[in-house]
Amino acid sequence: MAQTGRLSARAAPRYAAWPHAVTLVRVAIILAVLVVWEGLARSGWLYQDVVPRLEIIAAALWKLLSAPDYYVNLGATASEVGLGLAIGGTLGLAVGLALGANRLMARAFEAYLYYLGPTPKIIFFPVMIMWFGVGPGSKVAMGAISCFFPIALSTAAGMRQIDQVLIRVGRSFRCSTWQMVTKIYLPAMRHPIINGVRLGLGVAIIGTLLAELKLSNRGIGFLIIQAYSLFDMPRMYAMLIVLFVLAIGVNALVGRLGGLHAIRTR
Amino acid sequence: MTAALTARDRIVPLALGLGAIAAAIGAVEVLIRLDKINRFIVPLPSQIALSFERVILEEDIVNRFRLTFLECLTAGAMITVVGVLIGLLLYRVALLRAATETWVAAMASAPTVLMYPLFLVIFGRSAWTIIMMGFVSGLPPVILKTIEGLAGTRRVLIDVGRSFKLTPAQQFVKILFPAALPTIFVGVRLGLIFTLINVVGVEFLINFGGLGQLINDLAERYDLPGTYAAICFVILVSVVFFVATEWIERWLRRVD
Repeated sequence: MAQTGRLSARAAPRYAAWPHAVTLVRVAIILAVLVVWEGLARSGWLYQDVVPRLEIIAAALWKLLSAPDYYVNLGATASEVGLGLAIGGTLGLAVGLALGANRLMARAFEAYLYYLGPTPKIIFFPVMIMWFGVGPGSKVAMGAISCFFPIALSTAAGMRQIDQVLIRVGRSFRCSTWQMVTKIYLPAMRHPIINGVRLGLGVAIIGTLLAELKLSNRGIGFLIIQAYSLFDMPRMYAMLIVLFVLAIGVNALVGRLGGLHAIRTR
Repeated sequence: MTAALTARDRIVPLALGLGAIAAAIGAVEVLIRLDKINRFIVPLPSQIALSFERVILEEDIVNRFRLTFLECLTAGAMITVVGVLIGLLLYRVALLRAATETWVAAMASAPTVLMYPLFLVIFGRSAWTIIMMGFVSGLPPVILKTIEGLAGTRRVLIDVGRSFKLTPAQQFVKILFPAALPTIFVGVRLGLIFTLINVVGVEFLINFGGLGQLINDLAERYDLPGTYAAICFVILVSVVFFVATEWIERWLRRVD
């Protein structure tokens, strides 16, 4: 993306005379989309139930956000995602540290993780149902499987990038393995780990919600599929909007908390 | 000496990796036979191995593979054409790019697959729902990498094109596109991986189509060895796909 930044820098002076040009274009695009949507909804060319008017979606959004039931289900999904991330993340971190610390282990096993990482994890859901039942357990397992791979691979890669001087300093102080992990490896790998957690969180959310969509009786995934079954399209749009905002917001927040923003702008 | 060391460097990790996997499979087989693991939850690995033939012959796996492949191919062609065109547009119109590039990046991290119930309503329970889901999820990396590739074209190449008084179309066809092709292919490869994940995932979720539906079918029939065998087959397909695209990417980078 360094090259991308170069073009932006070259193009920047053009907007100097009108510093809000980018914001104006963004607002114009959003307005254009809303106007086209409203026009389509009113035109009668498409089914009104599929493309409802904006005020109906806004009303559904308000109704959704003011219903306590929604927050109960949001809490259920959040707890499944959180638990899945904790389990998958801890395992991923441990495996990543083991692979990063040992060259032979990395050469023996990392390729399997690397190639298994991009496989569609949802196909493991029938197995997870067998192992952990139809309740929250299988959703947590889906979240854990989904986030395990990016966190393990990111940690292993991060560990290999640690400055050897730091490792030698730790060894010269005769640090134990635990001290090496907590005082040298983890602080030095903060950014790759946070990056892995950020990627892992995104896929854990997707994995958990897909599992809820497939088979559940609570959670946001369940509410979405319920809205689909009842053909309540405004509610479905409202839920998707909230979900997208939440997923992108949480992702950005984790990146910011981990100082990734500072790295990029440095 | 060096050659012997290199061979040992390669063989030992490979043997360790394969040996560990074989040992784990053997341990599961023994534990199931000793009734330490419930065989109604985890079938015997030997049973899974035997069911491969049955799944391939009885479940019409060739046709299912063809269907999934065609869905991926259609979505792949769409993300390539649309992604490159949008990338080109954003490269040419810098203001538009400055306004929307972060949105495209956000789209790449958004859980777009959750829109599948919406796509089911719009396109019905058909291959188009699956293709469109693959398309939507695979598009952002192609756009981003196209912009990156075009913007990264060496200044000297563009100047050579200008010195030959090439038209903008010629400049694109003869200079920009060939120079950006390796980076664009990285985007296409990433997009294809997202597409494959979503195509198989949505097939499984809506119980329609090829390999994803096969897993769902077998699981609903409680054919455990068959389900595990089908999962192994899908993993194998994705790994082969991943390796093949990676190989093409390396080849393109070498040409570059």
